[in-house]
Amino acid sequence: MKAALIAIALLFALPAGAVEPDEMLADPVLEQRAREISKNLRCLVCQNQSIDDSNAELARDLRILVRQRLVSGDTDEEVTQFVVARYGDFVLLKPPFKSTTYVLWFGPAVIFTLAAFTLVVLQRRRARVEAKPLSPAERRRLDSLLDDGLDP
Amino acid sequence: MIPEIGHYALILALFAALIQGTLPLAGAQRADAAWMALARPAAGIQFIFILTAFLALMHAYVTSDFSVLNVVNNSHSAKPLLYKISGVWGNHEGSMVLWMLILSLFGCAVALFGGNLPPTLRARVLAVQGLIGTGFLLFMLFTSNPFERVFPAPLDGNDLNPLLQDPGLAFHPPFLYLGYVGFSMAFSFAIAALIEGRVDAAWARWVRPWTLVAWCSLTLGIALGSWWAYYELGWGGWWFWDPVENASFMPWLAGTALLHSATVAEKRDALKSWTILLAIITFSLSLIGTFLVRSGVLTSVHTFAQDPTRGLFILGLLIIAIGGSLVLYALRAPAMKAGGLFAPISREGSLVLNNLLLMTAAATVFLGTLYPLVLDAVGGGTVSVGPPYFTATFVPLMVPMIVLMAIAPMLAWKRGDLAGAFTRLRLAAAVVVVIALGTWYLKSEGPVLAVLGLALAGWLFTGTLIEFSGRLKLFRIGMRESLRRAAHLPRATYGMTIAHAGIAIVVAGITASSAWQTEKIQVLRPGETVEVAGYIFTFEGTQELQGPNYTIERGTFQVSRDGAPIARLFPERRFYPVQGRQTTEAAIYTTWFADLYAVIGDADGEDGRVTRLYHNPLVPWIWVGAVVMAMGGAVSLSDRRHRVGAPARRRAAAASARA
Repeated sequence: MKAALIAIALLFALPAGAVEPDEMLADPVLEQRAREISKNLRCLVCQNQSIDDSNAELARDLRILVRQRLVSGDTDEEVTQFVVARYGDFVLLKPPFKSTTYVLWFGPAVIFTLAAFTLVVLQRRRARVEAKPLSPAERRRLDSLLDDGLDP
Repeated sequence: MIPEIGHYALILALFAALIQGTLPLAGAQRADAAWMALARPAAGIQFIFILTAFLALMHAYVTSDFSVLNVVNNSHSAKPLLYKISGVWGNHEGSMVLWMLILSLFGCAVALFGGNLPPTLRARVLAVQGLIGTGFLLFMLFTSNPFERVFPAPLDGNDLNPLLQDPGLAFHPPFLYLGYVGFSMAFSFAIAALIEGRVDAAWARWVRPWTLVAWCSLTLGIALGSWWAYYELGWGGWWFWDPVENASFMPWLAGTALLHSATVAEKRDALKSWTILLAIITFSLSLIGTFLVRSGVLTSVHTFAQDPTRGLFILGLLIIAIGGSLVLYALRAPAMKAGGLFAPISREGSLVLNNLLLMTAAATVFLGTLYPLVLDAVGGGTVSVGPPYFTATFVPLMVPMIVLMAIAPMLAWKRGDLAGAFTRLRLAAAVVVVIALGTWYLKSEGPVLAVLGLALAGWLFTGTLIEFSGRLKLFRIGMRESLRRAAHLPRATYGMTIAHAGIAIVVAGITASSAWQTEKIQVLRPGETVEVAGYIFTFEGTQELQGPNYTIERGTFQVSRDGAPIARLFPERRFYPVQGRQTTEAAIYTTWFADLYAVIGDADGEDGRVTRLYHNPLVPWIWVGAVVMAMGGAVSLSDRRHRVGAPARRRAAAASARA
């Protein structure tokens, strides 16, 4: 219940951008890397916000953690791995590629291919049905009709 | 007393909807003219009752009647009048009343202007509308009564969430609902056609204007929502791939596909069965959108499970409406006669590809929004799907889409000349090269994707202009002759040109603002300056002011460039004491090519303040482009084939009746 209340409170605690001046690193290159990493990490207590744009306390802690790892010399990949090791895949806004997320990553391509395939098959089938050449009987009938038309 | 009248009117509306939804349907089946004729008055009566309920609720809000629970929860006596009015639909129960008001208004419009529809089709369309209305009215009366009283009445209300007390968000829901509910018309026509077992070009001609109305409104509604997010949330972002946004984006994508396939159905008598399916899918996505936002399932699957009454009710409605219509489609569509043939490379073929890409995009958003919920619900663990996923999946779909948008209008119906189209697009290709090289030269540090985005925008814009001037034979025949041709072009053609140009503008805005935003976050003391993308921001301090139902801290920035003053910006922080919440109001100065954007944050304990300053290149183009798109839709809606014909046929019918 308490968690739900906190979640609701945070849901509306949107305004005022997140990153505070006192968190920022002096080195602009490192700071920029921190920002890029933060954009891909989920604020776990928020609804669908990255830690970069949430002003929740936990998001702040994570932002500071990311910067600490960067300062201690981690690569971007290592920082992300460090956070994932602590909080699990749920923290990644870009879902990792694994068995439970195949649906997400293959889904669009599969849907497109299936739909395109179905359309082509349907179109071919219809073209065959409707553009069937005339049978000899039909041909004779058409000829006679045309002849009738020509001789009033 | 008045709330009880409203409540009672809702109950009466339910009965009108029940009659509208059943007897005309049976009447059409038994060819009973009297039963069929019930549909029109029932639609009118239903509208009058819903309007009564809506006005009763609005009366309660405007007069701050705190004996009504809904008003207590969402209003306050000190709230400005505009937000007392918009508060009516700023909450769950009230928004359902607005939904029903629009639905019954549209039903009423069919009853009034549908004189030229075949009587059985009209009866069935109105009956399906009646059934939708029945479902929603049952939902409201059993789970979401807006007129519930509270005793003893509190002295004052809890106020509306301050974030919603904003002009942008006051009009966001009505536009969104005009869109959702507008698609219900296409849906009703689709279901009626399936029951009739017949779809002809006249049917498509009826579906198209409703789809256009819905599409324009939804476009504006989404743009308003994103604009609001941009200036209210305080860091210059405007689209978050949030489930609530996705809920409105899915019907938009499907509706765009529907708009295009309805054109083929109308002009070429082809893709009819597909158009019907699209109409069903589009409205289903609108219903799912309403469900997602209203059931609380998004906050958490678990909170949803704790109080599932509303959610289960909507879920039941969804299953009946979507499942039922899909079953009906599966049963009846195969029997429908297929229309004209076309070669793969043709206007029809390119519109099929357009539909394929748009529907795959809609399916992608659907997957990304719902898969995490499903996975969690079946105990498969939790997964986050955020903006990086959507960027990764959406861009590959939209790039071919935009390339195609310039080519497709140049292809002829039935069999097109691709080589000829490319020859005509030489100039557009040249523009692409110039933009790509120019962007590369000016912004070499930016992402490659941004170069591609701007080049695509240039391709589409130029291609659209080339196509349009081709119709006028501009520069190939005399100017006078071209103007004469321009005067005779159908408005639908103008509409398409305008809307496609609007997309090009939006693409440019999205690309530039995501790639080249400049951000400066720092503590500033009065008198200190910061340089942001060549502009000098001087902080002059803050002052305290009093708003109607909030207190204001207002900062002042003087902005100058090359020593010349450009603008003064007044970002605010507002505190709403009733709810104890704070909002930020960004100060924005818009030039043609960028927004200067300023926000103030906390004081640092001394006289300094956290300030966030942004330079957002081309960001205004996103909303300008969206408005241009909606304008294109409106121009297309005014095409004479939607205006002329209907009254003429009615007069003819009346004349023959007199004879």
